[in-house]
Amino acid sequence: MLMIRTVKWRRFSLLRQREQNPFVILVCLSLILSLIVLIATSIGAISISLRDILFFDLSEFDQTILLSIRLPRVLLAVVVGAALGISGAAMQGLFRNPLADPGLIGITGGAALAVSCMIVVIGPAYGFLGLYSLGIAAFVGGMITSLVILRMSRLTGVFSVTHMLLAGIAINALTFAGTGFLTFISDDQQLRALTFWTMGSLGGAMWEPVLVCLSIILPSMWFLTKKARELNVLLLGEENAAYIGVDTHKLKRSIILTSALCVGAAVAVSGIIGFIGLVIPHLIRLLFGADHKLLIPASALLGAALLLFADTIARTIVAPSEMPVGVLTSLVGGPFFLWLLIKQNSNGN
Amino acid sequence: MKFILTTIFLILSINVSHAHQPDRRIVSIGGALTETIYALGLGYRLVGSDTTSYFPPSAASLPKTGYQRALSVEGVLSLKPDLIIATEDAGPPSVMKQISSTGVQINRLKSAKSMKDTRENIFALGKILNVNAAAKTLVGKFDAALEQLKVTTSVQTKKPKILFIMSHGSSTPMAAGSETSANSIIEIAGGINVANAYTGYKPLSPEAVVKFSPEFILITSRTLKQIGGNEALFKLPGLALTPAAKSGNVIDMDGLLLLGFGPRSAAAALELNKRLNADD
Repeated sequence: MLMIRTVKWRRFSLLRQREQNPFVILVCLSLILSLIVLIATSIGAISISLRDILFFDLSEFDQTILLSIRLPRVLLAVVVGAALGISGAAMQGLFRNPLADPGLIGITGGAALAVSCMIVVIGPAYGFLGLYSLGIAAFVGGMITSLVILRMSRLTGVFSVTHMLLAGIAINALTFAGTGFLTFISDDQQLRALTFWTMGSLGGAMWEPVLVCLSIILPSMWFLTKKARELNVLLLGEENAAYIGVDTHKLKRSIILTSALCVGAAVAVSGIIGFIGLVIPHLIRLLFGADHKLLIPASALLGAALLLFADTIARTIVAPSEMPVGVLTSLVGGPFFLWLLIKQNSNGN
Repeated sequence: MKFILTTIFLILSINVSHAHQPDRRIVSIGGALTETIYALGLGYRLVGSDTTSYFPPSAASLPKTGYQRALSVEGVLSLKPDLIIATEDAGPPSVMKQISSTGVQINRLKSAKSMKDTRENIFALGKILNVNAAAKTLVGKFDAALEQLKVTTSVQTKKPKILFIMSHGSSTPMAAGSETSANSIIEIAGGINVANAYTGYKPLSPEAVVKFSPEFILITSRTLKQIGGNEALFKLPGLALTPAAKSGNVIDMDGLLLLGFGPRSAAAALELNKRLNADD
């Protein structure tokens, strides 16, 4: 199933006939994102009006809510959404496979295994570690797994995408087996803790993890954006890219490592949030075409916008409680994606 | 003069704190704790609780902050509490930290798993909420019920074999092993938990059920309803071959009452004992 490679990205573009200026598109997406940021900042279980925020006319309580609870959360949603979107775009470009997503290089599987080890085997940690132990475990676990998969794909001496896909499937199966076993031996409370981690949430956003996350994700995003030209060349096929002068081995390794860093940092702070990494790049391709120079930054912007939008609904719709955000990303994004697919098909014929 | 001033100040401050007390807005996280707060006569101060708090009925209609392990910072704070009573399970930890960083007082209590924990929690709540006398009375009633149970069980010669089943949806039902609250209440009520060789909740293998040969199936009312009543329950693999199926011995009790180890747990153990010995 993962071997479907013959998809011709170009054909998917809805607007390809129209004159497209990547710069204009990026500015528009940025504006949409800023608008959602403004809305997200002004609504929540505690109502603080947008006017009061803009003029900073706030009580001390409202200030605390805004500065230490709502802003870090909005920022986290933007950062995590962008990280998932951009690494999804990079992975699909690299594997030239429409079903590639960050899970393929083992980050989510490894992170889940490390987190269940932490919850079930090691037990609760206290103090500083109590707050961050799961995040650190997730990051380390994700990185180790993706490094193992990367190493396996070079066993024959040459870096092979096929090997990488297969190694990824096998290692993922192993991590899921490990997680499954730990789930089996876990007690009732550990099981619930595990379930809640797997559902993904941005609920624990605090400044420290948000800033740490930012300092990993921002440079990675910059790097991936710079690699857009080479990814475009890679669309011609590996051999052709090599003739044109792209060091494909180095490109593959660096993109996988950067995506792993990006997603690892995102998973560490938010658990597993699906849908965005897989579907956002497709959305961008359907709307604007497959040019990576646009696709990569646009996936970051749209990923950020969608996750922030979904999270804002998640934390307001059932206030004072909140919904798992993963449910909403799919609920908001799914129908839109289907609509695009249907529309594209009717246009194509 | 100084003495008089100090005295006046002290009296004033006592008055102020007393005058302030009734205004305290409490959010309670954890069904048993909420129940205890009602039992101490302070239910009117609650402004919110989590989804596990559904007894007494008025607790169910409080604004809900979601499941106790998946609280939302803004959600809880939007209820404007000045005191949060929570079990040690309440979380996630980052959310609890953010709430406490806004200056709201949080008191964490044990998640009770034994009668001793229940007693300690009642006393602790009495102290936190400044109703020590009420707490003492409540523990007194609680201990009296336990004493009555002890007298009853001391004359009962046989210990019924019980299997506690928990099920979430369609997946394999789970049996409660040792170190679970189900195991504690079974033992206190004078029964034997047939699955006590395991620790925690474990998936129920049909052959193990037959081997356990429980005389009673103990189940929460919600799970029984979910499964679809007694008949559907005995259709689960293996259960039909147990002595419990032959005599139709299913005991269903409310989950919070049976497993919550709140102030009603002594009464729950008494009721369980009564139903175990109903046919004698």
